[in-house]
Amino acid sequence: MRYAETGVNLEIDLSRGSIEKEGSDSRLTELHLGGLGTNAKILWDRVPPEVDPFSPDNLLIFSAGLLAGTPAPGANRTIVSTFSPQTLLMAYSIMGGFWAPELKFAGYDKVIIRGRSPKLVYLWINGDKVEIRDATHLKGKGALATAELIKQELKEPKAQVAAIGLAGENKVYFASIEQGRSSASRGGIGAVMGDKGLKAIAVRGKKDVNIAQPAEFMELCNGVLEYIKHRKENPIKGVPPILAGLGSPQEMSIHDEQWHTASFAWGNARHRRKDFWNKEIEKKWKKTQDKAVERLISCYNCSMECGGIITHPKLERYMMKCYSKLTYTMAAMSDLDFGFKIAGLAQEYGVDGYTTPQVMAFALELYEAGILTDKDLPGFPSDNEERFFWLLEKIVRREGIGDVLADGVYWAARKIGKGAEAYDHNTIKKHEQIPIKLGVLNPIYYIMWSTGEKINITQIEGQIPQAPFLTKEEREEFVKDWVQVPKEEFKDFVLNWEPRTLPYYPTIEASCELVEWQETMHYIDDATGICAGLSSFPIKPPYHIHNLPSFISFATGLDIDEAKLWQIASRNRNLIRAINIRRGMRRKDEKPPEDHWRKRYPEMEAKLLDEYYKFKGWNNNGIPTKETLDELGLDYVGQDLEQRGVYKEKKAKVAKSASKKETSQPSPGTKSAPKGEKSQPKPKTKKDSKK
Amino acid sequence: MKKVKVIKIDVDKCNGCRACEAICSAFHAEPKYSSTNPERSRIRVLFDPLKDIYVPVLAGEYTEAECNGRDTYTINGKEYDECSFCRASCPSRDLFKDPDSDLPLKCDMCEEEPPLPEPLCVQWCLSDALTYEEREEEEEEEENPREMEIGLESLIKKHGAKTVMDTVARLAKG
Repeated sequence: MRYAETGVNLEIDLSRGSIEKEGSDSRLTELHLGGLGTNAKILWDRVPPEVDPFSPDNLLIFSAGLLAGTPAPGANRTIVSTFSPQTLLMAYSIMGGFWAPELKFAGYDKVIIRGRSPKLVYLWINGDKVEIRDATHLKGKGALATAELIKQELKEPKAQVAAIGLAGENKVYFASIEQGRSSASRGGIGAVMGDKGLKAIAVRGKKDVNIAQPAEFMELCNGVLEYIKHRKENPIKGVPPILAGLGSPQEMSIHDEQWHTASFAWGNARHRRKDFWNKEIEKKWKKTQDKAVERLISCYNCSMECGGIITHPKLERYMMKCYSKLTYTMAAMSDLDFGFKIAGLAQEYGVDGYTTPQVMAFALELYEAGILTDKDLPGFPSDNEERFFWLLEKIVRREGIGDVLADGVYWAARKIGKGAEAYDHNTIKKHEQIPIKLGVLNPIYYIMWSTGEKINITQIEGQIPQAPFLTKEEREEFVKDWVQVPKEEFKDFVLNWEPRTLPYYPTIEASCELVEWQETMHYIDDATGICAGLSSFPIKPPYHIHNLPSFISFATGLDIDEAKLWQIASRNRNLIRAINIRRGMRRKDEKPPEDHWRKRYPEMEAKLLDEYYKFKGWNNNGIPTKETLDELGLDYVGQDLEQRGVYKEKKAKVAKSASKKETSQPSPGTKSAPKGEKSQPKPKTKKDSKK
Repeated sequence: MKKVKVIKIDVDKCNGCRACEAICSAFHAEPKYSSTNPERSRIRVLFDPLKDIYVPVLAGEYTEAECNGRDTYTINGKEYDECSFCRASCPSRDLFKDPDSDLPLKCDMCEEEPPLPEPLCVQWCLSDALTYEEREEEEEEEENPREMEIGLESLIKKHGAKTVMDTVARLAKG
């Protein structure tokens, strides 16, 4: 018997219309756990780097996390992996909700989709019975509407449905896969689903998910619940309210948006409005939110209530979570009511709530700069909010200028030309980033923005406070119950952190260690399917490196300790990097947007990458060395890379080492702050006027 | 006095997470906690997010036949499905039946020795949509003998003493 996982994957070939059930190799669970880890293994083995994302040979994999469907609180993630039409690299997006546990109860760990259906279809997984069904009547239907219609026609109100909207059907490069409560929206995976002619996957299951050591496992689960209750009553002191609790940022219940509105940039990731938030706006937005949020809702087996049911007089009910509440609002320099209004529509069309508002704000900037004209935008409204609705309609239909914008900022800028490239100032590896523009470089964040394989900062950051505590007492108080640190020495990072010590704090060496800790926790979650909101994302989470090995061991029957778990995360992380290396990603691509920080330190930045690559066992071009891969049991990966000649490539040009040597410290944190780095000239992009 | 166990359900507080289903099915697995399967749970959350309807329902008695005629409830403008509040394991719906044997499932308030402080669905409901209460109730009193006399008197008046006695004798024989 297999524990925690089912041991069965569904293999669907939409070109041939075939459905097969394949037993999975339990040895792969030991090596990669599941979820993202085993998805990466399948993509490495079966999708050669020449395969275009919109080729029938590209795979689209829906995977339940290893622990999804067990009683582990918050273990409910679906990990969707494929190749991105936008970045041309591996795309993985992760959604909560109810789909992954239902897939497990239906008896499967993964649904692996290849080929392309000649007509629009949907997949109906009803336990042992699996069917490819006609979906031509669902063409053009919204993502949520599709789910409702499918549940009605199947007479299965308990089926869980993941669907694309019009944007996915039209292969918009930032189309999402929506699941009502949650969405997998990064990297354009909805476009790949659309390309495959797959409108939705509905799933219903009535089987058991087994636990190897039930009593021990339950004790751990109860511990997590107790800790969640404890943290509810004891929020972390000295940090903004949005960072004080657990879960995804509690955007549906928190009214105080001082932190987002002041720290994040408005428009096309352009303007900081540090004084925007005031009593009057707080009052107005609170009223809007109280009216809109009808109920707080959770994902499967989780009490965090990160989502909300939204009602708006102009819309059908829909479900929202986290920061999508503000992305449209801030891109349009508008207010919260507009945000609720347009987000509901965008969700029906199935587009990413991060990228879409930025693409639209980018188009508006081009229009104001005269690069796009009335000829390009026939019928463009004069009202600001109406313009965003207009652009959304054009993009999801790929009509006129929408066809260009639907490829995202990077590709659109190059297609439009006439200097539009200068307005593409917030992408990394062709992918739109969170609109955040700051003053002084932060070495930890420099490494994470540059090297994160998901190309999305929230999927790699976590664990550590984002600003220093002002007093020694506060710092000591903070570290007292900081049991989540992998080593005691990590506490020094907080204990020694004085205000205004960036960019020289912490040391490069400590930065490498802190980055590795943060990303390791994410790689574990992405394999187990535990929500990052209870694990890798918040400060002091209930799941951490000291209890996760037991969770996994008791659930699966495998014998996994901290060192082994760390190694598995490293194996998955290196495998995904190798996949991207094989598709051409190199050091030259690993950089945050030029204007991400006002002050830049080119020499120090080069050194940060040098050292981080070394620390990870990668060569100076960011490629995992053969030795590193061998040690992780990925020798076949190293051999492949060698055969492709990637190790013989000329070394990347690196800036000369910093004039002042960093003093290396044995543990994270240092008070020394050498001065005198030159700041980089300001980015060339034109600063546009506020509306 | 007898002890009455009550699970109070506040539908406004339910966030639809179904932790109650997960833990109920795990507790009732054999061996205990060895598997999870909401389909075996004796509590289900009937929900329809797009109508903002969330109703946790505990499995009650098995019934052989479905209702003759149905009701619907509209509460605060939301129309609830006609079986929303019904606890029965009933032929009309796919609820509270063991997925393998099809045998009816019924909530037992997580009875075990030593007793749990609260049923597990309540313990795992951190949003307090489910809360637990025990209260003492007067035992139902023995039937008042005078009541039977009144009944018999009226029967004798109507049918005559002999007919009543013959009938009682015949029934007593079984």
